[in-house]
Amino acid sequence: MERLTFDLATTSLRELNTFLHTDAKEGKVEAVTVVNPDGAHNIAVGLDCPISVEVVGHAGYYAGGMNKSATITIDGSAGTGVGENMMSGKVHVKGFASNGAGASAQGGLLVIEGDAGLRCGISLKGGNIVVGGSVGSFSAFMAQAGTMVICGDAGDALGDSLYEAVLYVKGSVKSLGADAQYEPMTDADIATVAGLLDKAGLDHDPKAFKRIASQRSLYHWNADANQEY
Amino acid sequence: METKPVHFKNVSREESHGYDRKTLDYIRNAAAHGLYEIRGMGAKRKLPNFDDLVFLGASMSRYPLEGYREKCVTKTLLGTRFAKKPIELDIPITIAGMSFGSLSANVKEALGRAATEMGTSTTTGDGGMTPEERQSSKTLIYQCLPSRYGFNPDDVRRADAIEVVIGQGAKPGGGGMLLGQKVSPRVAKMRTLPEGIDQRSACRHPDWTGPDDLAIKIQELREITDWEKPIYVKVGATRTFHDVKLAVHSGADVIVVDGMQGGTAATQTCFIEHIGIPTLAAVRQAVNALEDLDMIGKVQLVVSGGIRTGADVAKALAMGADAVAIGQGVLVALGCNGETYYQNGALHAAEADYTAIGAAPGFCHHCHTGKCPVGITTQDAILEQRLSPEVGAKHLRNYLKTLNMELTTIARACGKQNVHHLEREDLVALTIEAAAMAGLPLAGTNWIPGQGF
Repeated sequence: MERLTFDLATTSLRELNTFLHTDAKEGKVEAVTVVNPDGAHNIAVGLDCPISVEVVGHAGYYAGGMNKSATITIDGSAGTGVGENMMSGKVHVKGFASNGAGASAQGGLLVIEGDAGLRCGISLKGGNIVVGGSVGSFSAFMAQAGTMVICGDAGDALGDSLYEAVLYVKGSVKSLGADAQYEPMTDADIATVAGLLDKAGLDHDPKAFKRIASQRSLYHWNADANQEY
Repeated sequence: METKPVHFKNVSREESHGYDRKTLDYIRNAAAHGLYEIRGMGAKRKLPNFDDLVFLGASMSRYPLEGYREKCVTKTLLGTRFAKKPIELDIPITIAGMSFGSLSANVKEALGRAATEMGTSTTTGDGGMTPEERQSSKTLIYQCLPSRYGFNPDDVRRADAIEVVIGQGAKPGGGGMLLGQKVSPRVAKMRTLPEGIDQRSACRHPDWTGPDDLAIKIQELREITDWEKPIYVKVGATRTFHDVKLAVHSGADVIVVDGMQGGTAATQTCFIEHIGIPTLAAVRQAVNALEDLDMIGKVQLVVSGGIRTGADVAKALAMGADAVAIGQGVLVALGCNGETYYQNGALHAAEADYTAIGAAPGFCHHCHTGKCPVGITTQDAILEQRLSPEVGAKHLRNYLKTLNMELTTIARACGKQNVHHLEREDLVALTIEAAAMAGLPLAGTNWIPGQGF
């Protein structure tokens, strides 16, 4: 497999992304290594082909943003909005992730081996997110579809205003957000969690997770309900 | 015996100013339902607006151009700051963002057809891009909204420019609400939500929290599109001076400022009437900000919010806008609030349908119900047939054409061979309020309130 290396200490981000949007898309190379990312923002955004990208070091904001088909691995931590609005493929963060990880993702798999910050999986629209550590407050706020597996703990207001996304948490939850509720784990839930843990390369007992989903009390306007529209 | 006429003071019928019929009605409704009112359209109260300004046509000190003979250029360029492919328009009048979901697919197609025929752009809205509007629109601006409903990189690449929406004039600081009655299977699918449930749109973007983050977000959008497409930033008019400056610092190519007369499909009345500043005031603040940053001509300004006529367009341009965007006026051109609709080659009365939803032609603001009697703000399969793309496009084309003719006529009368040469010196204000807000002299004086005599 042909692999090309881009050194962001000597090559601009623009050159990297241009290559990933053109030559790489035309299949001229199957894998790219990015060295010296030094926290640069917008690394490998908007990819639209099944290429493999490995970022050796820490990435800034929006790494792998709007990814489609590519497999992007960050051998470090990632800034705000990693894998935001991704459509398919995989973004794998081996370190920690900042706020808004996987925001509005519509498909694909986002794996964060460490902790994720505030609002992880906010507005999730169909992707899968697996967090090896804990997530911050307001995670999965208004999540519409897709699945989040949280192996650690969750902060305040988890799953506030959830629509049809489903959350699984192994650790403690500081508080559930408006309209979120615990539900019994079924065999199908256990299989889902097991499958996602396997894809993420994480080893946990799927039966140890709790299921959280929407009460659906905010689905229709009701002035008498205790809600804060 | 002589009798004297007795004067009865009609105290019993005297309406209270503070508790007039409108206020009494509001209180009674609130007490009965425990709900605030949600409605469509823009502010109903009288606000200082472009009608409060007049042009100083050429006479002795200025030389006019022949109205029907001499050319007046309307070509407009937007997004020249960083984008490799700026937007080139034949006229400085664009179609504002309005969502599929709020509007029917037929309407979205009509907007695209008319805009394309007139050489201007149309804009998507909350809920994503439909194939119909992409196909029918030569130049399509793709909105990136806080909800990110239906937002995806494929459509980003298909768009001609991207508009990051921070707020809109009818509800700065507010999110959105598409009530379940308008959430058809197609709308639900596009937005990844169950059919028929209320859809709440967040008031903040999910992956950035301020201007510093916005700058990086804008760079992400540029990287994804290989720096080809202009990035617009749209703000609802409030602290416009500072917001425009921050948008420029964040890297916007084009700033869209939407004043409080801007329309909406569904928002709380308290937002529509009580939050934001009039378009007239916002334009001046926006231009001041661009002047302060020496960005006039480098970052373009699009003004929206209650632009209705060619005179409004000309006044916005004279105050410093590079183009305008029109939403509510476009809907009226398509038949919004009309007494009839055109279907199967004939005109039909819509009165009964208005009555059924508690409205009347000319007074309807029931967009949120999805039962639009003239088939515009609906997802109902039967109602949406009341506006065909062909008929809608024809009326909208006529409207845009009229606006453009009025604009050029006014520009010629002011001695301009290019509408972008209209300038503040061409305007005066008719009221002290308008003079103060617009920073223009009161007619017949050199007095600009706040700037001394």
